[in-house]
Amino acid sequence: MAELQNYTINFGPQHPSAHGVLRLILELSGEEVVRADPHIGLLHRGTEKLAETRTWIQSVPYMDRLDYVSMMSNEHAYCMAIERLLGIEVPLRAQYIRVMFDEITRILNHLLNIGTHGLDIGAMTMVLYTFREREDLMDAYEAVSGARMHAAYYRPGGVYRDLPEQMPKYQANKFKDAAAVGRLNAAREGSLLDFLEDFTARFPACVDEYETLLTDNRIWKQRTVGVGVVTPERAQALGFSGPMLRGSGIVWDLRKKQPYEVYDRVDFDIPVGRNGDCYDRYLVRIAEMRESNRIIRQCIDWLRADFAKGAGPVITESHKVAPPSREKMKGNMEELIHHFKLFTEGMHVPEGEVYAAVEHPKGEFGVYAISDGANKPWRLKLRPPGFAHLAAMDEMARGHLIADVVAIIGTMDVVFGEIDR
Amino acid sequence: MRRLDQLAAALREQLGAHADTLVEDLGELTLTLPASALLEVAALLRDDEALAFSELLDLCGVDYAGYGGSRTWPARYASVSHLLSIRHNWRLRLRVFAPDDSLPVLPSLCGVWPSANWFEREAFDLFGILFEGHPDLRRILTDYGFIGHPFRKDFPVSGFMEMIYDEEQGRVIYQPVTIAPRENTPRIVREESYGGGRG
Repeated sequence: MAELQNYTINFGPQHPSAHGVLRLILELSGEEVVRADPHIGLLHRGTEKLAETRTWIQSVPYMDRLDYVSMMSNEHAYCMAIERLLGIEVPLRAQYIRVMFDEITRILNHLLNIGTHGLDIGAMTMVLYTFREREDLMDAYEAVSGARMHAAYYRPGGVYRDLPEQMPKYQANKFKDAAAVGRLNAAREGSLLDFLEDFTARFPACVDEYETLLTDNRIWKQRTVGVGVVTPERAQALGFSGPMLRGSGIVWDLRKKQPYEVYDRVDFDIPVGRNGDCYDRYLVRIAEMRESNRIIRQCIDWLRADFAKGAGPVITESHKVAPPSREKMKGNMEELIHHFKLFTEGMHVPEGEVYAAVEHPKGEFGVYAISDGANKPWRLKLRPPGFAHLAAMDEMARGHLIADVVAIIGTMDVVFGEIDR
Repeated sequence: MRRLDQLAAALREQLGAHADTLVEDLGELTLTLPASALLEVAALLRDDEALAFSELLDLCGVDYAGYGGSRTWPARYASVSHLLSIRHNWRLRLRVFAPDDSLPVLPSLCGVWPSANWFEREAFDLFGILFEGHPDLRRILTDYGFIGHPFRKDFPVSGFMEMIYDEEQGRVIYQPVTIAPRENTPRIVREESYGGGRG
């Protein structure tokens, strides 16, 4: 009989648990992974190169399409980079709105991650539960920006517009009668903030529900405990950030350590894991959703009080950066010129370079922007957290069984929009 | 004393003459190093207790050809890395210029920070910067068999080749691009005095 040798298989790019277009070349000895070689770039669109040929403001919607499950966090880092180069201040109300939507985005992202991670390794019902809550948060996205996913809501200098005072409602149709629509609209009678307050009241019970399905589930633990262990030292050497770093027991969160916007004014905790395995990272994400819920609640209270006092502006008054209001534009020649110049030639950003990072749901999302003083970036480098995580695939998967590779891909929370850019 | 000044002082003390190029701008510190000193300084940055840059967060290539600003650069290609110290909570930017514009070669940082591996592959793929000592310098983002380095400034956005499905041959073929590059908004750098100053 011929001697058995290692053999190589192709995992993806069309495998449902590859979370997009990951082509993974696995070298196997029996069922054990000897080497994992991820081939990425199947979704490469050259976002950074495209940004060099567009004005600064035209690239904002491209940022949504990087990590397409945490859209507003990407925009946030990009807008922060421009604001630092320009040296402009964001109005306080806009900062609170940004923090609130960053946390909504974090919940959106973690819900997708936990749902699909469960789906990948056999907990089929998880995704049905998590997508139920995602729907409500997507409605909040839609109410504020008009788009469920690719919002383009954050703009350099603030946010596009203030929060709506009315929440859009469902209408009766041939699939849903008046009673069903009435139930769906119960939480939508007031403003967006009322809707979100109702959500934050409901959400902790939903997280408890997810936990009853997974946290003590024997199969879930068999599939995740002790799988993909990363020591704190290796996690740093491999450039990890976010839940991947905190899962290994390192207390590191940019929202606390290098606070931006109003994160130093809200009260929240950083959950940290202990063993650095897939299960701990799952627990970190669950705990982060509860913390995000707390932050959203505090933002709602502040925004309400601010509204009662007469809400301030949500975008900078400098018309070199942000457009004037439509009303003013129609009656004032100078405002009209500002509007025209901003949307044709674009804003000029002073010469310099800046690296702006935010605590994205997946880790540290950084934007390194170099400006030579033109109306377009000279170079824009996006630092996606998933890129560094996926680079550690070989090290994390080596010695594990092939089924654990799926658990490791799930725990990395990879999204190819940001990795391939 | 500000955190940034503390870091600058620590760098000057530990790195000596290499810290002469330290620049502070917009609340960030940038250190420009010669390629020959990179590995030595990088190891020091990582291992020195007072600096402890345990993470390399980002490394990217930059092509300065045709730069429109007032600053001048010693060479065309550079690699820029962003370091983070978890212990001291500070950041540093490292810039290294490749000495030869026609064949940019730089030492690889993989041995110091393993996370540099893929970032250097990306810089090689997109800018053609060669990293000496890299264990596995393959293309990473572009297609299998791609020719050229697309993020260089002399590479057009529309590219050189396009891939289409050919009805007659019944297969996918490569051919020279048929779309003409166009620019909707020209790139403009304003002169200093325009409109009474910047902004």
